[in-house]
Parts: sequence; C-alpha cells; structure tokens
Amino acid sequence: MIPGKKLSRRYFIRNLSLISGGLVLGCELGSNKQEVELLTNEGAFHPNLFVELKTDGELILTASRSEMGQGVRTSLTSVIADEMGADWNFVKVVQAPGDDAYGNQNTDGSRSIRTIFEPMRKMGAMARMMLIAAAAKQWEVANDSCKAEKHYVVNQQTGERLFFGDLVEAAAQQLVPENPTLKNRKDFTYIGKELPSIDIDDFTSGKAIYGMDVKIPGMKYAAIARCPVTFGTVRSFDAADTEKLPGISKVLEMQRVEKPFGHLGGIAVVADNTWSALKGKAALKIDWDFGDNDSYDTEAYMQTLRENVTKKGKLIQEQGDIERAFQQADKIREAIYELPHLVHAPMEVPNATARFENGTCEIWAPVQAPQITRKEVSELLEIDLQDVTIHVTLLGGGFGRKSKPDFVLEAAWLAKETGAPVQVIWSREDDIRHSYYHAISAQYLKGGLTGDGSVNAWLHRTAYPSITSTFMPGIVHGAGFEFKQGMTNMPYEIENQRFENGEAPAHVRIGWLRSVYNIIHGFSVNVFADELAIEAESDPYEFRMKMLGSDRIYPSDNEYKLDTAKMKNVLSKVAENSFWGTDLPQGHGRGLAIHYSFYSYVASVVEVSVLDGKLKVHKIFTVADCGTVVNQNTVRAQLEGAAVFGLSLALFGNITAREGRIVQGNYHDYEMLRIHQTPEIQIEVVQSEDLPTGIGEPGVPVIAPALINAIFDATGNRFRSLPLKAHGLV
Amino acid sequence: MINLLINGAEHQVEVPEEMPLLWVLRDYLEFTGTKFGCGIGVCGSCSVLADGSPIRSCITPVSAVLGKSLVTIEGVAQQNKFLPRAWKELNVPQCGFCQPGQLVNALALLENTDEPTDEDIDKTMSGNICRCGTYVRIRAAIKRAAELSKNET
Repeated sequence: MIPGKKLSRRYFIRNLSLISGGLVLGCELGSNKQEVELLTNEGAFHPNLFVELKTDGELILTASRSEMGQGVRTSLTSVIADEMGADWNFVKVVQAPGDDAYGNQNTDGSRSIRTIFEPMRKMGAMARMMLIAAAAKQWEVANDSCKAEKHYVVNQQTGERLFFGDLVEAAAQQLVPENPTLKNRKDFTYIGKELPSIDIDDFTSGKAIYGMDVKIPGMKYAAIARCPVTFGTVRSFDAADTEKLPGISKVLEMQRVEKPFGHLGGIAVVADNTWSALKGKAALKIDWDFGDNDSYDTEAYMQTLRENVTKKGKLIQEQGDIERAFQQADKIREAIYELPHLVHAPMEVPNATARFENGTCEIWAPVQAPQITRKEVSELLEIDLQDVTIHVTLLGGGFGRKSKPDFVLEAAWLAKETGAPVQVIWSREDDIRHSYYHAISAQYLKGGLTGDGSVNAWLHRTAYPSITSTFMPGIVHGAGFEFKQGMTNMPYEIENQRFENGEAPAHVRIGWLRSVYNIIHGFSVNVFADELAIEAESDPYEFRMKMLGSDRIYPSDNEYKLDTAKMKNVLSKVAENSFWGTDLPQGHGRGLAIHYSFYSYVASVVEVSVLDGKLKVHKIFTVADCGTVVNQNTVRAQLEGAAVFGLSLALFGNITAREGRIVQGNYHDYEMLRIHQTPEIQIEVVQSEDLPTGIGEPGVPVIAPALINAIFDATGNRFRSLPLKAHGLV
Repeated sequence: MINLLINGAEHQVEVPEEMPLLWVLRDYLEFTGTKFGCGIGVCGSCSVLADGSPIRSCITPVSAVLGKSLVTIEGVAQQNKFLPRAWKELNVPQCGFCQPGQLVNALALLENTDEPTDEDIDKTMSGNICRCGTYVRIRAAIKRAAELSKNET
C-alpha cells in the first residue's frame, strides 16, 4: 500500500481551526493538557497535525501539498524540521490525505512555499518549544537557557543533552504555546541549503509509488473510449468484438457529468489487466453524436482570433491618451503574435484507483487538488464528504493537468457501479486528446517611439479562450486574473497604455498549464519589446533597462508588489552572466526576455546558432529572484526544468483541431525536447531575505521569447508564431 | 505458463504470449518500477534490459523475451551501484517517473562504455523523454557514475 496517513476522529476535533481561510496553528482548540494527552496515547508526541515524534526519535512529518517534481515533500518538511531543531536523518515524510484540516492543499499557482512557509515554521517551532520546556523542567532551569539542535535539547549552562525521543512523554505534558517563537534566520540549518529529495532512493530503485502503481486486492483495470469531439455523446455502441476478447469483465456506458471537473462520459471497458482493457477499448464500435464542437478547426479559428485583435476590443485598462500619443510618435511599430493550444502531457498519464464499499469510497490518485477531488467524488456518488478518503500518491508530473480530477471521477463511478475496486488508466492518446488545453491565442501590439528612442505609447490586445469558459460555458472574454498574467502588469514605464480583449469562444476544455497566460503575454511583450528596440536602433538590453524606467513599486491588493528595481537587478545579472554585448561567431545570436509572474522576477538569455537554416540552442542563462529560498537545489532544478519546458513549447508545442478532433495523439506528433537538443543551462538565484514567492512556473514564460529574439539576432528573421518546427527551423 | 528471468530470479506467470512485457511486469509480477509512458515505444519510460540491450517493454510481446535475462529498474543498483549514487549526488529526479527508464538506458551505456562522451550519451539517451527537463543533470550523473566506477577500480 502507499505511504500515507489516515485521519482519525481526534484530528478532526483538534484541528477545526485549520479549516479554510488559510492555515493557522492546529493548537487553538488544544491548548490545554487534556487535549495534548489525548494526542499522545500512542507513545508519540504529536503537538499538531504535521508533527509526530516517536520515542526512538523517529520524526514523522506530514506534507500537505502534492509532490509532482517540485520537491515540495522535502522543502515543506525541512522547514518544520529546521524550526524544530530536528536531525533530518530521523525524518520520515507522510503524505496528507485530502482533508480541509490541512488548510488549502491545491498544489498549483506556484504557491506552496509562498503560502505555507510561515505556518510550517510555526508547526516546527511549536514542537521545539514544548520539547525545550520538558527538558528545562527536568533540569530545573529556565526555558531560555536551553536550545534544540540535531534532535537534542541542550542545556547551555551545563552542556547536558537530552535526546528528543526521550522527551516524548514529558513534552506532551507541556502547554501548547499560543504564539511560537520563530528561529533567527542565521540559525537556519536546512532552510536555504540543499537537501536532496526525501524520495531520492525510491526514485532510483523503482520503489516510488505513483498513481498507476497502486494495487488493491481484487482490483480491475479500466480503459474508456471518449468522444473524439469535446462534449460529444454516445448514440449507440456495439461491444460484441470487445466481449469476445480474453480478460474482459464488463463494458459500461458512462454519462458525462456536466461540471467543470466532471468526467466526459463514454464507453468503459473493465478488464483483468491494463492490456486487455486497452485492447477491448480499441475493439469497440461506437456511433457518436459529435455535438456542437465538431466544426472546431484551429486554423480557421486562428483567422478569427487575428481579426478580433485587429479591431477594437473590450477595454480592460487604460492610462493616458493612446491615440494622441500615436499621432505624436515618430515611429509606429505593430505586430501580431499567434500561439497554439498546448497540452501538459505529464509522463504519468491521468489515472486513478477507487474502491467503493459500504457506502464509503477510497481513492488513490495522483492529484494536485485532493480536497476538490474529495468534494467532487462525494457529490458524484452522493455520499458524505467524510465517507470519501483521498490518498495522494506521487505524481508523475502534473503541470496543471492533475488539478482537474475528471479522471478520478471515472474511477469512483466505475468502482461503485461494478462493485469491484477499479483502476482507470488513460492511454497517452486519451491524455493528448481529452485534456484541459492551454489556450490558443492571437495578440496585437502597437507601440509608438519618440525621437529620443523612448516608447510613448503601448497598445496590447489579447484574444484567447478563457479558463473561465470551463466554469461558465459560453463566456467569450478573458478574466482579470488572466490579464494580470503579464499583460496589464507589464513592467515598462510608458505614459500612454491601453489594454484590450478580443472575443474568443471555447470549443475544447480550457485549463491552466505551467505558467498559464504568462506564456502568451510573456511572449508577446518580450518579442515586441525587442522589435521596438530594433526599430529604435538600440541594444535590446539597454532599451529594456530604459523602458523599465524609474524604480517603482506597483500597487496591489496584497503584500506582494512588483518592484521594478528587482526586475532591473535580474536583467543586469543575466546580461553579465551571458556576456551580453560580446561578439559571437557568424550565424550565432543572443536574445533576452524578462518576466514577472507568481510574484517572482526572472530574466533569461538564450544563445543560438542558425546554420543552413537549422536552429541549435547552445546556452540558456536564467536569473531569478523568488525571495527567500528554502532549498537552493530544488529552486535551480525548477528553473532548469522550466527552461526545457519553455524550449519544448517553443520548438514543438502544437495542439491543433480539425473537425473538432485533436490531431495529435502521442509523443511522436506532440514532441518534447530530448537530451541531445538540450542546451547548457546556467542558473543564478538572487539571495534574498524577502518573502518567498513562486518558483515552479516563473521560469517558463521567458524562454520562448528570448529564443525568438536570439534567432532574430542571428538571422534577422522575426518569427511571430510558434512552434518553430512549423517554420522549418527544427 | 511463461517463465521469465528478472534481475536474476525466475518468475512464472500465466498470461497470453502476445501481452506486452510491460503489463506482465506491472500487472502480474509487481515490478511496477517499469513505467507506462506512451505505449508506442517513443518515450523510453518502459525500458528494461534483455540480455544487456535496452528494449521498450510496452511494444515487446512477452514471448519475445523468453529465455533472456531481464534487468528492470529494481535490478539496476545490483548491476551498477554507482548509478543510483550519482543520481542522488546530483539530485537528478524531479517527479521521478521517467527515471527508471533513464537509469536502465544509462546502465546499458555504462556496460559498453567506460567513459561516455556527450555524443555517446546523446545517442543512447535520446530515446528517453523527461517532461520535467532533468536532462542536464542526467548527463552529468552518467559522467559522474562513470567516474565513481573508475575511481573504485
């Protein structure tokens, strides 16, 4: 069975205070002895939901966010261990089930460290203070003459030491501190350092358990045929050929659940093994009613998007008088950028295992949103939330796909319907063809340049099917949170600005994919800035520095505010690291891009050559400022991965639809960057004591535009659409 | 009944001969370290060694490996203890899902090449996709494993 924990009743009683509204200490209801004793009746010190210390010193720490490669099981728990004064060698990490008791568990938006760094510190500090109080009592000294380090409480007067494990019972008798005191930064032992992944040995030995590795006694395997056109339905089907095959146990028709995360419906083949299920699915004969989306053609759709951004759109935000400024400008530059749909294609396809017994449902699945999953399963099966258990396995990649639990609902429904535990597994073709796609887009930018080479006017129109269309079908305009992903909060100091949005209805499910609309806005803003620089006959680096203007802090409704000084800092560092301005051989070029997303600042330079019409990416330099860093290694890894992710989408990423059907189906026609195409990648992370900000996504948006700008530098050719494969460069 | 030799041990299983080795390993023999990624042999996640050569188990019928000595990810450390060590030193995996296939192919490479060049690595490893993008570290870890191995001998 997978490592994980099940919440017992007492946790619910104790941690009501953690429910919703962000994470607060789990001690509020339990700040009396009786409650604490209740938590230690298993020979362990259990001061809160995240910490359990055993008498042999074993320290079981709970990770409340999903692990999908971003290292969160290690980073979050190392924060607790650090504050506690624990020795990492004693740490075992368990994964929290989906439960409101843990506070928001949605693992997306690059926000795990940002939002629960401080709460996790408090969980550890609380445990440390109680251990110290226990030891101080034994030594009959004041608490503040003791400190915790490496799993011991040390009496600083005498040098005596007490092992954490030996303090379990006494610590449990101490009052829970209402407001735990946090460590001084200079005393951090793990935060800001480089712990390897807690799962590293499992990763390299094949022992790591992902969703599809779960096995339940008596489990069946299911493959589902879904309509090739989004939201199409089954008119009739013939399963005779399927039923003749060995290993087939049932064929069932599934009705679509008409909710944002509802499953698509189709014909399910339940079998004794995965292969039989997949073969059985292939043998089905289905007459589909394709529905309204069967005319969706991305080529024609792009034409419409282009038209919708070349005329006036819905006003989103405005400053100054753009029309007058354009009239006053010496030069005008206009450009249209076109980017296709993309799909996440994590290495582990969507899959889920479900067991339905006695009115309760147990799920094992690789999900980014375990609480949403729990709620959806409870509503689908019409059972209480408390009767649904969500075990979160490791995720073989997520990138936003596994935030949407449609694939879990399939398993839950089949388990209930068939009476047997069921594992639903998607084929790669299912994954590519039935996703929640990153939006296709067209953007129009128009800039005015004055005689001194500064930009006096900036018009940006964007058109793309909105994520909100998944939640409110029929909506044709974008949402504020989408515009703020790199469009309305672009960092340049320009007096006259106007932002507009063109219409774009959705014909497939639209979702979020690593860095979301920052991909499209980061692309257009950075390529256009480069085009203006060329128009102004300026160096693209100097030009951007000038455009960034004075040191300013953008207003915002929270504690995170875009600070242009930080943007200039990452830009100047990346220029230095990449030897910007130095000579390159003929046919080589450099391009740069900067972007602010998930409250982090990133600048990248890409170095390429284009020889005989073929592109080679030689180097990528990235500098990022994400505030306080918990794990230096993980942060670098995320930026390295983001560079590869960004190159994949720039070179190859292309989901097209014809007659409503997604054309691509597997990694041969939805290609990914491979090792021989991967450049050298150099990362610098700005050392900072500011609040931690996002790191999983912010490294992505800069890569494609920096690449486009590098190709221009090398060749003089400006590409305004992706992927580059379509231009014959790869 | 089908007999398979996996990581030096014999296993018996009753499955149709045309069933791909991947599903025999995963669904019947508990060798879940070998992963399903694409089903058409283009991503490398399902790689295992058959008599020392990497094969794509998702498109290889189990009948094709009868009598062959198979090595799966669960047996990699037994063949080359430096590989997992180097992977750990360089903290290579992110989500980790493709790493079994990467390690199996890296094992095959190091079996044939003491000091792999970048070209050797490109050639052997380009069949393996990593969506997280750990390629830079994979390259470094293969070289590191070769170095560790050389230092020991």
